[in-house]
Amino acid sequence: MQKIPMTPNKQPDHPLDDLIRTDRIPHIWCPGCGIGTVFSSCLAALKGSGIDLQKTVMVSGIGCSGRAAGYVKLDSFHTTHGRAIPFATGLKLANPELNIVVFSGDGDLFAIGGNHFIHAARRNMDMTVICVNNLNYGMTGGQVAATTPHLAKSTTTPAGNPETPFNLPLMAYACGATYVARWTMLHIRDLTDSITEAICKKGFSFIEALSPCPVNYGRRNKQKPLDMLKLYQEKAIIKNDADPSTLDIDFEKGIILGKFIDLDRPTFIEHYDKIYRPSRLQENVPGLNS
Amino acid sequence: MTKPAVLTGEYFMTGDVACAEGALAAGCRFFGGYPITPATEIAERMAIRLPQVEGCFIQMEDEIGAMAAILGSSWAGVKSMTATSGPGFSLMMENIGLGICTETPCVVVNVQRGGPSTGLPTQGAQGDMMQARWGSHGHYEIIAIAPSSPQEIFYLTITAFNLSEKYRLPVLIMTDEIIGHMSEKVIIPKAKSIKLASRPRPKGRKDRFKPFAPGPNGVAPMPAAGEGYNLHITGLTHDEKGYPVMDVETQTEMMARITEKIQKNLDDIILTDSYLLDDAEIAVVSYGVSARTSMAAVAEARKMGIKAGLLRLVTIWPFPEDQIRELADRVKGFVTVEINLGQIHREIERCAGGKVPIFLVGHSGGTIIHPDEVVKMLKEAF
Repeated sequence: MQKIPMTPNKQPDHPLDDLIRTDRIPHIWCPGCGIGTVFSSCLAALKGSGIDLQKTVMVSGIGCSGRAAGYVKLDSFHTTHGRAIPFATGLKLANPELNIVVFSGDGDLFAIGGNHFIHAARRNMDMTVICVNNLNYGMTGGQVAATTPHLAKSTTTPAGNPETPFNLPLMAYACGATYVARWTMLHIRDLTDSITEAICKKGFSFIEALSPCPVNYGRRNKQKPLDMLKLYQEKAIIKNDADPSTLDIDFEKGIILGKFIDLDRPTFIEHYDKIYRPSRLQENVPGLNS
Repeated sequence: MTKPAVLTGEYFMTGDVACAEGALAAGCRFFGGYPITPATEIAERMAIRLPQVEGCFIQMEDEIGAMAAILGSSWAGVKSMTATSGPGFSLMMENIGLGICTETPCVVVNVQRGGPSTGLPTQGAQGDMMQARWGSHGHYEIIAIAPSSPQEIFYLTITAFNLSEKYRLPVLIMTDEIIGHMSEKVIIPKAKSIKLASRPRPKGRKDRFKPFAPGPNGVAPMPAAGEGYNLHITGLTHDEKGYPVMDVETQTEMMARITEKIQKNLDDIILTDSYLLDDAEIAVVSYGVSARTSMAAVAEARKMGIKAGLLRLVTIWPFPEDQIRELADRVKGFVTVEINLGQIHREIERCAGGKVPIFLVGHSGGTIIHPDEVVKMLKEAF
């Protein structure tokens, strides 16, 4: 990693600087990577949502997107590979006052961490999960993921991916998520609006953010750095309330984006309090430790 | 629905239930678990009792998630525990390492059964003792304690919480199916008489706070998420600020921090017990349920004129090296008694340094060791 020297006469502060650990910049993300864009969209949403940021926690797993927790100036936890959601579950249950944002990648959340995702959605655990989907394992140099398109090349599928990728919004919906949306990092306003909505909404919210990985994915699939962005622009079909079973990503026919699910059902904590701790409902006890 | 956390009184209780009651008395208010024989009864008791004390129980999707959840809840400021047996203990190793690296207080109970793999789910063993020491990758220090009765598991669960809070690390309770499922008299004292420790709390300016800058006993103060410290906590090698730094110096400093806080406080951490050891010529060394066998054997041997004595290891890790070295200078030999094929036995060999002969009474699990087997060894070997 090459360090870029900071100029002493610095430019005016970035409007999101108060949410960034500027002492940890430069970040590790490659040129052309979309994670930073999704990250700043998330920060803008956090700032715009009006929630108490002192009570807001970001939890990440391992991978390129997992490094987000290391750059956000909030309480932030960079956990083990795939385990951001169960770690976040513990935080939330022990202190229900905390707002939880899980920010991680497709490999982390849906391969090694897939089981935790399924069950947190089923329980309607109150948290917002943002998945940066770059279609491969970027940190380790471009291996096949559970999201890699069929026939796409990676270092571990050198002649093309024999597997079928997940339809992530369908999976989230099927497991019980109460808010499901998909955008690309090019649709930054929609993405920010969706994250804002998800953060303010009670229950398990899931947002898939498609993001290019030119260094590891694009290079092996005959895509120049801007090709993926062109696909995002030309192939995007915005279709709110689309049937989740129709959301397989097809870069030829089109990528359906939008807010697909927005419904209400009681969260785990609401059910638990009602059945096991009715006294908490009357007294409105905030945290277990207070 | 609210009931006291400390159920003062006299009971006939299994070790598993006494462990759960000890946890509640210690201030545990979160349990993340997953069913596994013979530890399930701890989860079942916590599922009933935690909501009665305004705590929270959750059955996670696996032991990986259970261990991750208790680390998360601990960082929300709540004393937390999980309980499992061998196969689940294997799955927890990943996040036990995260707990070590991020210096997160919590308690993990392993009600041991015969292994390897699925092994003997309903029968006891002490075969995970080395896994407790080295099961997660990398080099680290750990605290593991081994109770010998339901009454003792009640008290030692409180001790485990106190040590985990004081030294900021996962503390392991290495019990076994036999103690876990054994019913005995358990006296739960008055709440006032129970001494509790809590993690050191930060003072001073929040913006200058460093979550891994050690205090006087080598342990850093620990705030909770949501208190305004903008903590960054990572399993990567990190500096005192908690920021990842990938260099040899930071790795060396971090490793010194997580190992020295244990190594420099051995006198405060290590607990041992003894029986007829002062004038003993042969030292029987054992722990957990096997120490009860050994105690009966020592009493029997004394009747036969064999000057045996028992050193009972309550703390297994950090290993009571000084106690073994001191004994090696004055006894004629050692006998280790444990339900495995020689794990703590190797530690005793290491510490005795070849000064005296050492014999093992052990088997690979499934039942207790009968006192006669120990007596036979005492008669034949010396």
